[in-house]
Amino acid sequence: MSDVLELTAAEAIDRITKGELGSDEYFDAYAEAAAGDELGAYLWRAKPGTSDGATGELNGAPIAVKDIFCTEGIETTAGSRILEGYRPPYTATAVRRLAAAGAQVLGKTNMDEFAMGSSNENSGYGLVRNPWDLERVPGGSSGGSAAVVAARLAPWAIGTDTGGSIRQPASLCGVVGLKPTYGAISRYGMIAFASSLDQCGPLTRDVMDAAILLRVMEGRDHCDSTSVGIEGGVELPSRTDLKGLRFGVPRELASEAEGIEEGVREVFERNVALIQELGAEVDECELPHSAHGISAYYVLAPAEASANLARYDGVRYGLREGASSGTDSELASMYERTRTAGFGPEVKRRIMLGTYALSSGYYDAYYGRAQRVRTKIAEDFATAFERFDYLVTPTSPTVAFELGARAENPLAMYMSDYCTVPMPLAGLPAISIPAGLAQPDGGGPELPVGLQLVSPAFGESGLLDAAHAIEGAIGFDARPVGAAG
Amino acid sequence: MSLPEGYEAVIGLEIHVQLQTQTKMFCGCALSFGDEPNVHTCPVCLAHPGSLPTVNERAVDYALRIGMALECDLAPRSIFHRKNYFYPDNPKAYQISQYDIPLATKGRLGDVRVHRVHLEEDAAKMIHVGQSGRIHGSAHSLVDFNRAGTPLVEIVTEPDLRSEEEAREWAQLLRTTVRQLGVSDVNMEEGSLRVDANVSIRRAGESELGTKTELKNMNSFRFLERGIEAELDRQVGVVESGEEVAQETFHFDPRAGSLTPLRSKEYAHDYRYFPEPDLVPLAPTEEMLSAARDALPELPAKRRERYRDELGLPDESARQLAFDADLGEYFENALDAADGLEPRIVANWVTGELAAAQRHFGHKKDVEPTHVAEVVRMVADKRISHASGREVLHTLSDPGSSVAGPEEVVERRQLEMESDASALEAIVAAAIEAEPAAAEKVRAGNPKAVGPIVGAVMRETKGTADGGEVTRLIREQLGAG
Amino acid sequence: MIDRDQVLHVARLARLELTEAELEKMADELSGILDHVERMNELDLDGVEPTTHVVQLENVLRADTPRPSWPREKILEPAPDPDEGAFRVPSPQA
Ligand SMILES: [Mg+2]
Ligand SMILES: [Zn+2]
Repeated sequence: MSDVLELTAAEAIDRITKGELGSDEYFDAYAEAAAGDELGAYLWRAKPGTSDGATGELNGAPIAVKDIFCTEGIETTAGSRILEGYRPPYTATAVRRLAAAGAQVLGKTNMDEFAMGSSNENSGYGLVRNPWDLERVPGGSSGGSAAVVAARLAPWAIGTDTGGSIRQPASLCGVVGLKPTYGAISRYGMIAFASSLDQCGPLTRDVMDAAILLRVMEGRDHCDSTSVGIEGGVELPSRTDLKGLRFGVPRELASEAEGIEEGVREVFERNVALIQELGAEVDECELPHSAHGISAYYVLAPAEASANLARYDGVRYGLREGASSGTDSELASMYERTRTAGFGPEVKRRIMLGTYALSSGYYDAYYGRAQRVRTKIAEDFATAFERFDYLVTPTSPTVAFELGARAENPLAMYMSDYCTVPMPLAGLPAISIPAGLAQPDGGGPELPVGLQLVSPAFGESGLLDAAHAIEGAIGFDARPVGAAG
Repeated sequence: MSLPEGYEAVIGLEIHVQLQTQTKMFCGCALSFGDEPNVHTCPVCLAHPGSLPTVNERAVDYALRIGMALECDLAPRSIFHRKNYFYPDNPKAYQISQYDIPLATKGRLGDVRVHRVHLEEDAAKMIHVGQSGRIHGSAHSLVDFNRAGTPLVEIVTEPDLRSEEEAREWAQLLRTTVRQLGVSDVNMEEGSLRVDANVSIRRAGESELGTKTELKNMNSFRFLERGIEAELDRQVGVVESGEEVAQETFHFDPRAGSLTPLRSKEYAHDYRYFPEPDLVPLAPTEEMLSAARDALPELPAKRRERYRDELGLPDESARQLAFDADLGEYFENALDAADGLEPRIVANWVTGELAAAQRHFGHKKDVEPTHVAEVVRMVADKRISHASGREVLHTLSDPGSSVAGPEEVVERRQLEMESDASALEAIVAAAIEAEPAAAEKVRAGNPKAVGPIVGAVMRETKGTADGGEVTRLIREQLGAG
Repeated sequence: MIDRDQVLHVARLARLELTEAELEKMADELSGILDHVERMNELDLDGVEPTTHVVQLENVLRADTPRPSWPREKILEPAPDPDEGAFRVPSPQA
């Protein structure tokens, strides 16, 4: 049984097609594994024996879904107490496409509240532990999805990425994480954090599995005006070399990356050498404004969030706290008490930040400027892609950090997204693949390091193909000690 | 009422028009007309987590028509914004509206300039349950989201109106205009047309504006006029007593016919507008524009000009026929039927004799425009007298009568004029003999004296003779041409 | 830099209650973040167009054809305080 858990989803689906593995058997193997979750990674789990024997190209394969995706009838909280017990009346488009292709929801994964965080310590339902070291964070906000894939508690998962929420936890947990081009996958039914940045994507064991999920989920959705899909669809990767490809290494996000650890730097330099060995031309380049990505991001995302989270008011669904007799009207009091009780500290902090940035007198200084920085960052990428097919950077400046290490210092936490924030600001696709192991600065256990590849918009097929070649050459086969099997 | 000497009223209107589309502005829910509460809702119009808006194509088309009808500049590219405020009637806690780049700007209707025209969504209905049933002192409120998301077009004028009457008249012109566009039933009582007023006063001759107050909830043209009048009075009072007018919003209470200050929806009015990331820009294509253009009917302002300048109607009846959509259509049909007849004459019959007859019978029975045309034709051809024409229209307007048309009335009442000239001459000659005294006066050069002779002729011809013709014959026979 | 009173004003706009202690802490944290954010001021952004959308789409429109709305029971099921087929809220006036 346990060897089933070692298969990639593609391998398992193939065995099911060949009749060597029953789809119910495959589903139950994971339902049982998920039942033994000790990482705090699942908020809801399907019971063994509940497979509906779904067919289709995914052969009934189980999939873990970040709790930010609405699933009709299944509690969906986005990691927030304000949505405790909320059962959506509809299902997110991405999840519907997966189901239509024959996937079955194995569980809903824990996450930073409303996807606001880089450590998964901001969940209203408890933290998630990193299977590589239970005293360390899995990253965030899709920490639950990354952890269950790394720990063999799910064959694969989906998450969302706004400033790095798929790629950074994938990097910290040693799995593959893909943030597609903005507009590739519908956002309908995906609980909004920052609407102009949010994008759904896969977290998987390998690049092939990521390509399969992207191929199933991408596409124009009439329910999401900003969705376009990937023209010509997604080709499954096959490359084993990088001959004829040009790779750029943006100084600002690599050697000069703020807070980059020595071990991460070494692994990255090895990867760059490997990319050359695979036949690619590699050269340094600049993304002059990317150093300002964090600044722009922490204005734009909180501003959009302050509006997106205003609907949680205790009127139509979710938590409601009774009014207190005060100076305000009973209604105003109900609003304030409900939101104060329902939101956690980080969410409140970002709502405050975003509300301030939009409030009269400050719009131009903050929101307006951030929108212009965003333009400059996109222009930097456009210039770089005149010379290069792909850009390559470390995914996270550091390996997984200890629980609580950055909890008291918001800015230090925000810096975790230093290398991942510029891509969503420019709407570009980026993938993180396991690139090796490294010790944190100051010593400690060897932990996964991620390599990030970036391509022009809607260049996913090529991006996955290149990542596939590098993945093969790296041959990352380390696995977390805590993992089942 | 007019302001006391030395004051000038400065009034601008802010109009919300509910568009008569099939579905809501941002979701596929059907629009609601007094249904059970909350039966026209979905995750989108209830702002459930993860739901997203999608723009209603027809709402855009309707808004373009309104922009064109108001002779606006249409933005080549306009965007939606989020207007943030907390209130139970606002499910997302932001209203999707347009802000710095509206769909249309710089228009005019009649002699009032239109500042802007933009698309947005309506709020839910709140029923305030409690002591008085009115918002003040209500114990709790029930929210019904059927109306939430109904497409709205907001029209904002420049402060070009100078009296409550002007404001009412202009609002009525706007209503007729929008009604003719067929994009809304523009009914103030039912709230598909909502007119708020920004009112201020200033010393006559001053150029800069005084502090303005906002008047809401005036749900009829009469209330609009009364509300503005009351507020102008109040402001004059404030200024006269040496105080300053404060920026306030008032709610018009139809029962009391008075204004009560409204509590604000926010602690402070800070709507924190920012571009709606869930929607992409509107950039009307040539197809969209020509589709809207082709759908435009002739509008009151244009029609008035045409009636006055091309048909030569007097200004007043041109205005009357152009600004009353139904009467205008009636006139157009009558004119078609009365080919060749002078429009001015047809207009006179429609707005004069016919209107009078209709009023007399309380508009209980309509008269075919073609019948009116027939009558006008008969009079013009001197087949019947003007008086007979009036009588025919009277009969046709009478719910009690069952005549098929003018011909039948003329038949039955023998209203046909003596067409045989010699016969009429004989009758005139006889009448002169019957009235020697009058005849003498006329011969002596007093034309006014024909009265008794004309009367005799009319008695003989049962009034069918043409008065003018009769007088002419009398003078001729008496050699007093 | 943002002071206690600004924080209080913003909290009211956002419908959040903060205790005295929380106000001070929030003022410190936000000030720290804003210091970093204000590094953007080093940049010369004159004449740079703001980016609202990264996708270059226009006129994404939905045909005006009704589809069934959700059953009332279903949308009232998660309501904290359903009443007479509607959503009951405390009075805005009381
Ligand atoms: Mg409005
Ligand atoms: Zn709806």
